[in-house]
Amino acid sequence: MATIFQRIGAATSLSYSIDTKTSRRSLSERKASFVVVRSDATKINTGLNRIGGRVDHLITNAVATKADTLAASTASKPGHEVLLFEALKEGLEEEMERDARVCVMGEDVGHYGGSYKVTKGLAPKFGDLRVLDTPIAENSFTGMGIGAAMTGLRPVIEGMNMGFLLLAFNQISNNCGMLHYTSGGQFKIPVVIRGPGGVGRQLGAEHSQRLESYFQSIPGIQMVACSTPYNAKGLMKAAIRSDNPVILFEHVLLYNLKETIPDEEYVLNLEEAEMVRPGQHVTILTYSRMRYHVMQAAKTLVNKGYDPEVIDIRSLKPFDLHTIGNSVKKTHRVLIVEECMRTGGIGASLTAAINENFQDYLDAPIVCLSSQDVPTPYAGTLEEWTVVQPPQIVAAVEQLCQ
Amino acid sequence: MASSCLSKSKNFIYNLKFKLYLLNRTSAVTNPLFHPHLRHTISSPSSSPVRKHASYSRVNGFDRWFEPAFVGRRSHSTTSVSSDVSQLPVEPPSQQVLDFPGGKVKFTQKLIFTSNSTEERVHCYRVLDDNGQPFTDAESLEISKELAVKMYTNMVTLELMDTIFYESQRQGRISFYATTTGEEAINIASAAALNDNDFVFPQYREPGVLLWRGFSLQEFANQLFGNKYEYGKGRQMPVHYGSRKHNYITVASTVATQIPHAVGAAYSLKMEKQDSCVITYFGDGGTSTADFHAAMNFAAVMEVPVIFFCRNNGWAISTPVHEQFRSDGVVVKGKAYGVPSIRIDGNDALAIYNAVHEARKMAIKEQTPVLIEALTYRAGHHTTSDDSTRYRSIDEIEKWRGDQNPIKRFRKWIESRGWWNAVAESEYRGSVRKQVAQAIQVAERIEKPPVADMFSDVYDAPPRNLNEQEVFVRKTVKKHRQDYPSDVPL
Repeated sequence: MATIFQRIGAATSLSYSIDTKTSRRSLSERKASFVVVRSDATKINTGLNRIGGRVDHLITNAVATKADTLAASTASKPGHEVLLFEALKEGLEEEMERDARVCVMGEDVGHYGGSYKVTKGLAPKFGDLRVLDTPIAENSFTGMGIGAAMTGLRPVIEGMNMGFLLLAFNQISNNCGMLHYTSGGQFKIPVVIRGPGGVGRQLGAEHSQRLESYFQSIPGIQMVACSTPYNAKGLMKAAIRSDNPVILFEHVLLYNLKETIPDEEYVLNLEEAEMVRPGQHVTILTYSRMRYHVMQAAKTLVNKGYDPEVIDIRSLKPFDLHTIGNSVKKTHRVLIVEECMRTGGIGASLTAAINENFQDYLDAPIVCLSSQDVPTPYAGTLEEWTVVQPPQIVAAVEQLCQ
Repeated sequence: MASSCLSKSKNFIYNLKFKLYLLNRTSAVTNPLFHPHLRHTISSPSSSPVRKHASYSRVNGFDRWFEPAFVGRRSHSTTSVSSDVSQLPVEPPSQQVLDFPGGKVKFTQKLIFTSNSTEERVHCYRVLDDNGQPFTDAESLEISKELAVKMYTNMVTLELMDTIFYESQRQGRISFYATTTGEEAINIASAAALNDNDFVFPQYREPGVLLWRGFSLQEFANQLFGNKYEYGKGRQMPVHYGSRKHNYITVASTVATQIPHAVGAAYSLKMEKQDSCVITYFGDGGTSTADFHAAMNFAAVMEVPVIFFCRNNGWAISTPVHEQFRSDGVVVKGKAYGVPSIRIDGNDALAIYNAVHEARKMAIKEQTPVLIEALTYRAGHHTTSDDSTRYRSIDEIEKWRGDQNPIKRFRKWIESRGWWNAVAESEYRGSVRKQVAQAIQVAERIEKPPVADMFSDVYDAPPRNLNEQEVFVRKTVKKHRQDYPSDVPL
């Protein structure tokens, strides 16, 4: 997507004024990577991983609480520690400062600061017109966001829980995804629709939905899922700057993850997957919370002598088939670990995409671990069994590598 | 209208009074940093007590807009406080009144339900009578000959456009069409009262607004034929016009989804402090949708400059209004949401012009939504896929095409002013007919959009999977050229 890179390039010149001390270095760093990318937009090479300089970073912990390893590989400044929801807020706040057209709308985002505190402090700072509390009608405030976007604003629409956005499905599918196309490109819809989804801790079936499986088919939208404070902030900023409608999936259980992120400004690529742990034996594709279950399983696997390559796919639509493909060509075995239901989830689409494109490189059929096709039960034990757990992942890898 | 119209200065003084009042009544509220965020039970993280108990014992009709006194936020709106409350009570509340979140409420000891209907329906604003003669006491603006003739000729063009395009669908030259028959006055007169930079969010029966703003007959025809010159690049059905340069948002087939869009656009105008408003059109059927209700509610709460224009034309395909809602039409719903509203004669061009003109002024000056219900009649079929004689009598249709016909009524008026005559009429009609026919001929012959347009604009730049799919389509078409239409360029 050539235009996206160009826009990020343009953004660096604007960001110069925000952080004058450190931006020079990061500017040149980013520029270098962009020059590589612009020459051929379709080949996403390792140069891109240099955005923010994270190419060598490995997360060896299930839940990223150890900030030291992260600090070492980022740019020379030590950075600051944040929780994931604060990282989202930082990204949002920076974009709102940078561009007066960015606004937030959703239920309880204003004075209350958002149910997960992602918008805390923004209403006093930017005013309650820019951080808008809406009545309870998801289809309508999503529609409002779409109308505002068509007439020049860049709204960030928050669904209190992703499941509530099912009410907004009509607006998202029929209008958000379509109007740029059906208007012949005359009206663009640069909205970001975000919210927490996924299985939490006994939130009940209605509040434990995985909307990415329902939305993935809608043409015209992009979907990304964040999993660490670092990529949360970067993806939030990228999503806001994108002229396409982007749905940013957060996870209810990841909001309190702690990590040290760079002080200088950085924006991530929306269509790029993240190499979490390079390896040789098997490619494990995952996203969002399952990343941590996979990393936990990876520890066990390493002890048992396996060398898994873990990729956080991050971009759910479109898939980063370049990174994924390179990995498949290396390891020849694929395990997909997702939280979606078995039927029609992201894993199902990813399986089809990999089979279609990299059939010749596979030594074994793709294994996909997903949740069962049941509404998420409330009882804690049952809920735990519905989500893929590390022992299952270990067992699947062992079987795959026989 | 009155309730939402306290001026900002009055608001400010009220603020100060309230602050002083609270300082005197510290015993009454447990938290001096009081967020009168009354309607919501969720409290701001910084304030501690359960607000339900602390708040409404003393606060009358205060709502969130008073927070600037405490939190330093922008106060940008007015309140809906009645005049009683400007005298702040210093004695315990009267037994007859409840200080409730949202305003004072008087008690009654009578067990009476409000009726589901009123004896008399809301009156309908009208300037011209059935014979096109203005009532002597009609409240109306003076409009110039130039404007009147322009309005009339546009209505005639719209009528002829509809007739000829409809026929061309019957002849198989275009695939689909929807007429505006009977609603020409709504289309043209409302557009005439707006500025060109007011955003328009149409349903699908308002091409006249585009016509007024300068969309040419050729541009209309291009869209109907889906050729490569049409702005939608051949991606939408006929009559789904859209034009950025005319501030007319592309029509989407989904009913009433444009209403919340309009509120969002009005919100963006309010954010950017523009001196323009937004108008959105919808039919009686559209008012049943969830989008309509939530959008009205939002617009009222957010105080944004949007005109909700309901074309109550009696029919939603085959559903008559008494099967659509049981309220007194749509105008009463405005009151339910706190939106100033009016019912007008939708076949009276002058009434429409006046109402929209005034609504626009109101919307911008007072930053308020306005609801206009225009009573009219859908004299044509729903679309070319419909035969309305199957569910309504031909007599009824004929009656509305008769004296109530908006074009006929307006013509009588301008002729009585000496601004028009039969000769001008036949000349004009002849000329327009020719132009429309020619536009059709030209549009028909133009090439269709290329295959590349099937894949562009899905995103700002096509991603890899779409590029792959495009390559595949091209290969397939090239290989089996005879199985694919020949007028679509690769």
